[in-house]
Formats: sequence, C-alpha cells, structure tokens
Amino acid sequence: MRDARGEVKRPIGLRLWLSGGWLALLVLAALCAPLIAPNDPLMQDLFLGRMPPFWMDGAEPGFWLGTDSLGRDVLSRILYGARLALIVALVAGTLTCLVGATLGLIAGYYRGWPDRIISRFVDIWMAFPPVLFAILLIAVLGPGLMSIIIAIVVIDWTRFARVIRAEAMTQGAMDYVASAQVAGRTRFGTMLTEILPNVLPTIVALLTLEMGVAVIVEAILSFVNLSISTDSPTWGGMIAEGRTSVHQAWWVLVFPLITLFLTVLSFSQLGEGLKDRFDPVLR
Amino acid sequence: MMYEVRDLRLSFPDMAHKPLIGAAPRLEVLKGLSFDVPKGAVLGIVGGSGSGKSTLGRAMLRLLEPTGGTISFDGTDITHMGEDQLRGMRKRFQMIFQDPMSSLNPRRRVGGIIAGPLRLQGLDGLTGRVDEALDMVGLPRGFAQRYPHELSGGQRQRVGIARAIALRPDFILADEIVSGLDVSSQAQVLNLLGELVRDLGLTLAFISHDLSVIRRLCDRVLVLHHGEVVEEGATAALFDAPQAAYTRELLGAIPLPDPHQTWG
Amino acid sequence: MSGYLSIRNLTVRLKGGAMILRDVSLTVRAGQVHGLVGESGAGKSMIGKAVLGTLPRALEVVSGQIILDGTDLQTLDPKERRRRIGASAALIPQDPLTALNPSKRIGPQITRRLVDILGWPKIAAEARALELLEEVHIPDPARVMRSYPHELSGGMRQRILIASAFAAEPKLIIADEPTTALDVTVQKQILRLISEMQSRHDTALLFVTHDLGVVSKVCDTLSVLYAGKVVEEANMHRFFMRPIHPYSAALLAATPTYTDPTGSLTPVPQTVIDGVEREVAEHDMRAAP
Repeated sequence: MRDARGEVKRPIGLRLWLSGGWLALLVLAALCAPLIAPNDPLMQDLFLGRMPPFWMDGAEPGFWLGTDSLGRDVLSRILYGARLALIVALVAGTLTCLVGATLGLIAGYYRGWPDRIISRFVDIWMAFPPVLFAILLIAVLGPGLMSIIIAIVVIDWTRFARVIRAEAMTQGAMDYVASAQVAGRTRFGTMLTEILPNVLPTIVALLTLEMGVAVIVEAILSFVNLSISTDSPTWGGMIAEGRTSVHQAWWVLVFPLITLFLTVLSFSQLGEGLKDRFDPVLR
Repeated sequence: MMYEVRDLRLSFPDMAHKPLIGAAPRLEVLKGLSFDVPKGAVLGIVGGSGSGKSTLGRAMLRLLEPTGGTISFDGTDITHMGEDQLRGMRKRFQMIFQDPMSSLNPRRRVGGIIAGPLRLQGLDGLTGRVDEALDMVGLPRGFAQRYPHELSGGQRQRVGIARAIALRPDFILADEIVSGLDVSSQAQVLNLLGELVRDLGLTLAFISHDLSVIRRLCDRVLVLHHGEVVEEGATAALFDAPQAAYTRELLGAIPLPDPHQTWG
Repeated sequence: MSGYLSIRNLTVRLKGGAMILRDVSLTVRAGQVHGLVGESGAGKSMIGKAVLGTLPRALEVVSGQIILDGTDLQTLDPKERRRRIGASAALIPQDPLTALNPSKRIGPQITRRLVDILGWPKIAAEARALELLEEVHIPDPARVMRSYPHELSGGMRQRILIASAFAAEPKLIIADEPTTALDVTVQKQILRLISEMQSRHDTALLFVTHDLGVVSKVCDTLSVLYAGKVVEEANMHRFFMRPIHPYSAALLAATPTYTDPTGSLTPVPQTVIDGVEREVAEHDMRAAP
C-alpha cells in the first residue's frame, strides 16, 4: 500500500534539492572563482566590447556569456560577484537573525515592560521607508562592505523581532511552558529549553529568507551606486550597468538578473523546505 | 491542612476597556474565595466557563500571583513567595493539564518529558524513575522513546500523569484532564488517577465542568460561579441535597443517558 | 417506508488509503431526529459532510447512494447537486465562535443565503430574519441584527446559527456537535430550542454527537459508529433499555452518570474492542475484490 505521508513528502524533497543544489553550486563558484573564472573580471578591452554569448553569431571564444560595454567577461564577473553576495547574505543574515530573534523572543516570552519597549521600537522602526533608510545610513557610514552589512541589520531586525515575538507569545501560552514552571524551571531556562526549540523552525525559515533579502538589498545599493568600491564586481552593479545598454547587449543585464533571481528564490525555498524538515509533527 | 485559602482575590488588567490615557480597569476573576483542602482529600472544583476555576488552580500552584488574600500550603504562606523560594517547593505540588497535546513539548520524547522535572530537582537514577512512572500509569516502557504526537489522547494524558507523579508530590492539581477524551479513555484515566491517589496517599484537587465525573472521583466538592464559592460540602450530601440555587441548576441541566430522566 | 434522507451503503476512503466510512446505511424521516454516535475518529461527522458535499478534498466517495427527497445526489452534476443541497439542507455547526464572520453584522449573515442562493428580495429576507430571531427567543432582535458576533455570548451566537439554519425552511438539517462548546446550562437551553424548532418545522434532523446523554434527550432513532461502520441502529428508547451490540452496551456503561457513580464510567473492556475490530476486519475482507 502506498504511504500517504510519503506522497506529501516528495515535493518538499525536490524543493530542498533544487534550492540547496543551486546554493551549493554558488558557494563552490564563489570559493573557486579565481580558479574557474575564465577571465579576469576587471580586465577591460574595448576591442572586445559587447560580445554576445557563445551560441550567437559573432561570439568570442572564451567569453561564454559575452562581455559588457567595457569588454569585461560577464561570466567571470558573475562568479566573482557571488563572493560578495554570499558574504553579505551569510554575515548580514546571521547578525540580523541574532539581534531580531533575541529581542523577539524576550518580548514575546517575558511580555510586560520589555515587550512594551521592544514593540514600541519596532513600530517606530517600521515607519521608516526601508530603502531610503538604507541609503541614508550608507551616506552617513560611507560605502563599503561593513556599511552594507550594518545597514541590513539595522533595517531588517524588525522582521525577525515581529514574527518571533508572535511565535513566542503563542508558545508561551501553551501548557507545556506552564508545566516547565511547575517543574521548577527558571523563566530564562524555560525560554531557552522550551520556547526556543519550538520557534527554531521559524527562525531557520526567516534566516534563509533574510539571506535572500540581504542579497537583494546589496544589489539595490549597488544599483544606486552606494555599495562596495567599483573595482569589485557586484550583481547589482552589473545590472545597473547592463540597464544602460540593454538594447545593444541584453546579456549584460539578463545573466546577472537571472542569477540574482535564482539565488533569492533558492534562499526562500530552502527556508520553507528546512522548516518542514525541522518539524517533528510533519516529519 | 494541605491548603488553606482565605479571601483569595485575583484580577487582571482589562485591556479591552483600557482608556486612551491611564490604567486599564481591573477584571475581577476571583472575588474572595475561602476554603480548605484537608490532607488526603480529593476535592472537586466545579463551575461553568468564566467561573474562575482554572484561574484558581493556577493561583494555588502559584503560576499566577494573587492580588489579595492568602494561600498557605502545608502551613507555609506561599501567596507572594518569590520564584527562587517557590522552586524549592515545586516538587511538592504538581499539575496535570487539560490539553495533553499542548502541555507536552512536541519536540521532546516521552522519556525526556517525564525526566525533565526530575532532573531540575536534582534527582538521580532518571531512567529507573521514568520506567517506574510509566509502569504506574500502565504504559509500556518503550514509550519513553516516542514523541507525543505518536500517542493517542488517552496515552498522552497518561504521560501527563506520569510526569506529575514521578516527583512523588504531596499534592496534584488536575485541570479538566478528561474533558478532551472519549468516554472509553475517560473512564480509564479516571480509574487510574483514583488508584494512584489512593496508593500514593496523594491530595488531589480535580477541576472539571462535569459533575458526573466529580461525583465518581471526589469526596468533597467546591462549586464556583462568577469567581465566588456558591457551595461547598461532602460529595454525597451535596448531590443528594444541593443547597445553592446554582448547584441545583447545574445538576438539573446534565443530560443523563436515560430517556426517562425528567429534564424539563 | 423511505425517509427524506436515505443513505445506502456509503463507502468513503482516503484517496489511495484508509477507509473512513464502511458501507453506511441510514434513514432520516421528516419530523424525526436521527442521532449519529461514536467516539472521535468513528467517522460520524464525515457522514454529514458527505451529505452536504463538503468532504475534505483528500477523501472520496467510493460507492453508495445518498438519496435526498427521492433523488440520488451522486447521479447529479456538481452544479445541480450544490443547488439542490443549498435549497433543501442546512447545517448547524459545532463552534459558534468560528462559524460567524467576525467582521460582518449578524443581519446580513442570516439573509445572505436567502438573497444570494434562493433569490429572495432583500426586504423579505430581512423580515424573515427578524421573525426567526424572535422564534429562537432572542430579545430585541432588531438590535442583534445590527450587532457584530463578538458583542454576543456563545449561547446567543448558537441561537443565531440555529435561526440561520432554519431560515430557508430546509427539509433536512445536519447538526454537528452543536452544543459541545457550551456550558451545560446553556446546552440545555440550546437542545430544547433545536427540538422545538425541529418539531415545529417538521424537519428531518441528523444529529451528530459523542454524548449519549444528549442523544437520549433529542433523538428518536440512532446509529452507533465504530471505525466508520454502523455497529447498531436502533430506536432510542429500545437502545437505552436494551443495547444489542456489546460495543454499544460498553459505551453506555462508560458514560459518566452522577446518579449512578459506581455503575457508570466502566472502561470499555478490551474484549469488546477486539470483537468490534474483528467485525471491521471481516467487513473489509468481504469488501476487498
């Protein structure tokens, strides 16, 4: 007889495989970029400007995805761009998660005055338009990798705080939390041993989602030219440059755009998939 | 006396009616309750929704802090005792919860759930104690490896009982522990609880909305209505000759499985 | 004699999996109340859902007939089936808290079905709603029509759901554990109200409950279910005097009764469970191709 649970599981597995596979590929590409990139991502050669990708007429051998208007290799730039994108995703995502989830957990479980203070902060924070806020921050901090990461954490911790607070409140009302108290566990101990494991799947899902958001924010900031110095290639920067010559050389815009899209999608799908994996009731 | 409760009051801020500026009005849930629980007694606490019976239970275990009156447990005043001091006493009074699904952490195995309180109280020989507790509630020892969602409702409630008795407390509070169960497992869980109370010499407070269940298990009954005690007495006397109008109304409303009952 | 609702050999299963209902047959006549009793997972709610065409998507009707007023619903196309069910049957749901839309006033929630599905003029529907609210003993019905659900108590909301179930004069009402969420004192009032409305309107009523006490107060006939199989079908008085099936008798003995503290609450013996499990297994053997 067929197992009903097995049937439910299959799409989750496929989703995990595809998104995890793409991200693994990206990590590998980022790590080995100097080894596998066919060209120097920064090398300009105006004679090789706007060469089309390999399958089109007039393609130059060795430049698989074509070149931009300055003759730089698109594939190599995407590979090097992955380094920056993944560093931002990992560091900014994790820091945002740590700050936001901790505050959310405290607010949702302890309630009372800690909750009032944190919630008020979140409300005020969310009233700022995020992208403008980021641009303002970068303008103050000056462009650079650190600034981008700080900007993302400062803007996005509220996303974690809000969701985790609500989760912690729901879990806090459950009787197993009261029963931990009856057993003599401290408030803080209850939070760590009873509440945290039960909000962990949500934290994981949000974390991977946040990594995708970090990649997007970095791209947006690069797009408006507020990111890292122009000599290291970024996807956002490539998209910005490609936009100006889209009618003559669409590939300069389209390839980094596809990479960005697939990466962000993979992060969010990985989160959903992991969330289901983590849940003992669904597992 | 196991418990002496005097003029117990408890109120919550009523956020729904909080004015824009200033403090929220208080919602009185317990309005001055007084009663005793003698050692070895099985006290039934009955009332409808909103009667305050669950709040009373949580105040007796000091999961909530009363806003007035006193609660003393075995001669010690615990009304405003701090969390640190309470922790030392907690193994003496335990609780079994209404919804076994929400009172058992879904991410823990049954063994871990039962061992949790034992570990916190610094007891050793955990595996032996967990096995013993499972034996006492009539569950196979292999259940220690299972997750709560793999068990039936009746089995989950047995785990809840095992967790409470594993500490060998003096007092157990059972809050509506059979209301979510089918009648067949209801009968089993009640019989089990009755036997355990007798064998271990426990004092039990049994909160329920179901007078038929109370009649079966308890030797004293406390009837609550809108946060006040409307009647208290020995079970047989209270059922034979209910004094308060509310008790009579409650009794008269129970649909007995008998087509000849005069039910108005 | 055939009834207003006849279910014949209804078999429902999880698509590609477990059996939910096994060969269920029962009849509900106009003006009569038929109880469906069983423990959780016995499939009693699924019968009502199958009749109303609201079975969860994961379930499928394998075989059997659901005959409503002489027509087998299974032979109709989905649109016609929905129309017929909408015109002649209604549901009193279990949970009065979630069955009403919290963001809409009571009035439109009662009249919507009359106006949208049955095409009544709005004024007539409103007049009918007022009349019904009065019939279910709601004080100041005009004010209640303008209220939102959260402004009313649980008992009051259940009265409104009863009123709206009877609104279009359905010939069949399915009540799915309608008083389980209520206090006993309120339950008594609501059960009386349901009986009163049912007999006044001469409705056929299918009453789903786990509580044998409730059955003895409102039903004329009943079916006892175990694992989706009817183990006993009986006249109410006969059932409580002399239950025939050992499982029925055990269920009755397990029901708490304050007038008989020592005799009631007897756990269902394992031999009885084994016996009824064997019957189910034998049934499946016969049904298997």
